[in-house]
Amino acid sequence: MSAGARTRGPGTRLGRAVSRLLDSGWAGLTGLAAALLAPFVIATPYALSIMTSAAVFVMLASGLNIVVGFCGLLDLGYVAFFAAGAYTAGVLSTRFGLPLLATVPAVIAVTVVAGVVIGAPTLRLRSDYLAIVTLGFGEIIRITAGNLSVTGGPSGIYGIPGLVDGPVAFYYLTVVVVSLAVAGASRLGRSRLGRAWRFVREDEDAAEAMGVHTYRVKLAAYVAGAVWGGLAGVLFAAQLSAISPGSFTFLRSALVLMAVVLGGMGSTPGVVAGAIVISLLPEVLRDLADYQFFAFGVLLIVVMLVRPQGLWPHRSREAAP
Amino acid sequence: MSQLIWNGLFVGSFYALVALGYTMVYGVMKLLNFAHGDLYMLGAFTGFAVLGAAGGVPPGMALPALLGVLVVTMAVTGLAGVALERVAYRPLRAAPRLSLLITAVGASFALEYGMRAVAGAEPRVYPVRLGGSAAEVLGARITVQQIALVVVAVLLMTGLNLLVTRTREGRAMRAIALDPRTSALMGINVDAVISRTFFLGSALAGAAGVMAGAYYGKIDFLMGFLIGLKAFTAAVIGGIGNIPGTMLGGLLLGLLESFGTWWLGGQWRDVFAFGVLILFLTVRPTGLLGERVTERV
Repeated sequence: MSAGARTRGPGTRLGRAVSRLLDSGWAGLTGLAAALLAPFVIATPYALSIMTSAAVFVMLASGLNIVVGFCGLLDLGYVAFFAAGAYTAGVLSTRFGLPLLATVPAVIAVTVVAGVVIGAPTLRLRSDYLAIVTLGFGEIIRITAGNLSVTGGPSGIYGIPGLVDGPVAFYYLTVVVVSLAVAGASRLGRSRLGRAWRFVREDEDAAEAMGVHTYRVKLAAYVAGAVWGGLAGVLFAAQLSAISPGSFTFLRSALVLMAVVLGGMGSTPGVVAGAIVISLLPEVLRDLADYQFFAFGVLLIVVMLVRPQGLWPHRSREAAP
Repeated sequence: MSQLIWNGLFVGSFYALVALGYTMVYGVMKLLNFAHGDLYMLGAFTGFAVLGAAGGVPPGMALPALLGVLVVTMAVTGLAGVALERVAYRPLRAAPRLSLLITAVGASFALEYGMRAVAGAEPRVYPVRLGGSAAEVLGARITVQQIALVVVAVLLMTGLNLLVTRTREGRAMRAIALDPRTSALMGINVDAVISRTFFLGSALAGAAGVMAGAYYGKIDFLMGFLIGLKAFTAAVIGGIGNIPGTMLGGLLLGLLESFGTWWLGGQWRDVFAFGVLILFLTVRPTGLLGERVTERV
């Protein structure tokens, strides 16, 4: 991996400078500054809602990146945790009159439990099983939400209170929360646990032989991803004030996965950039809506064949020359 | 009661047919082909296109016409499966498993939305509809067409089983499932056998697609998603990689669903099926007939 990156690395002086800039911490700060300044450039309600959605999507992608990118576990039903978070917040705030902020501990508890319930039996098995069980789990959550009366059935929940007043304030709140989440995920990835995740991803048997408790480490990644997804769900519910099972289809899971794979699995700036591109692209290419998902599918294959490390790959610090 | 059993067996034979493709591909390549359900969808649409191109079908001729369409469709989906393997899976056979799974998801996505771009998002109504007269057998309503479809499914499965257990080709497949590297050293053309395995599995999925289209009468571009999941569940119940086990798993899943629907109501059917999947993976991940496989390093 590192040898390949070195030989294929940019040869020119300019290329090296660009690559150093991309790898430094400045990329994140520049992105944050751009996000904070964006409402001064364009602040129509429509643009704000698009940007808020994009930020929530970034949070989803950074959560899935923990599972898929850091730990190498394919989760195809990530939207289940998003739904669990949104529905928990929605039910508690509308049925029991709690303020949305007070539902956050419950959301964390519910997503942790959901992550353990799904992860515990499947993480002992081969990784392909996890992929398809998570796919089934995503469907279970969506169908259950549509069948139960407490979740409002097919029409969902409406009248969810907001977190703050006004779309601009909410946008800033979202940006702050999402930045913290992205930074948190990135720090987790560089911690002792994060090194164990990467080790498991690269070679699970070797990791096991070196004394990494692979099952526990994988479960930790899975549960961390679940919590990120659930918190993104709270933001989603607060933004739209109404949620229904139609928002939590497999399509959304696939799009989040697309953002992670396209940007570069395990690379925080790559995943953030990928998420922004994937969430804004439909707005730009509205006329091509019919072909867009087809193109996404083809793109997934092409990226895996040609550039499996993604467009903005992670460069490991330990292996730096 | 006997109605529930018959319904279960009928749906189960579809599941078994689709699940066989999963199992065969998994057996030779250790790959879960996520696009398998979409080959089923492709089969349904191919059958639809062939029937449309042939003009109307005279009443009474529905079943023979359908059998002809079945053969054409199996050839088309089989070749599609071969192409899929060649383009998306073969170059990555030595890559980490995660990349292979991701291309499979990409292939599934491309097939689904490619079909939507071609055929539209609206469900299509199949030109041939197998409804027909019902007979009472042991208190269950059974139509002649249902019996015909089950017979076709059973014939296909028996043929496949014979092919895998009795022929040279089947022996090559089983050898590759055990150890691809040694098989190659023994003079088996591994790439060609994997290609042919994809052909067979995809052809079966296409056949199931046509039959489902003709029976249920409505097809749409996402119809393969759910059945792909169900077929995987069936394969896991029976023991993935094991052909008789997979057939058993398909029938069993059909029965379980039939009784689950009666017990909990139709809206919980899918939740029940996936619940069974998770339960099985917890209690007996190798399935009913699967052997315990230790992964070698």
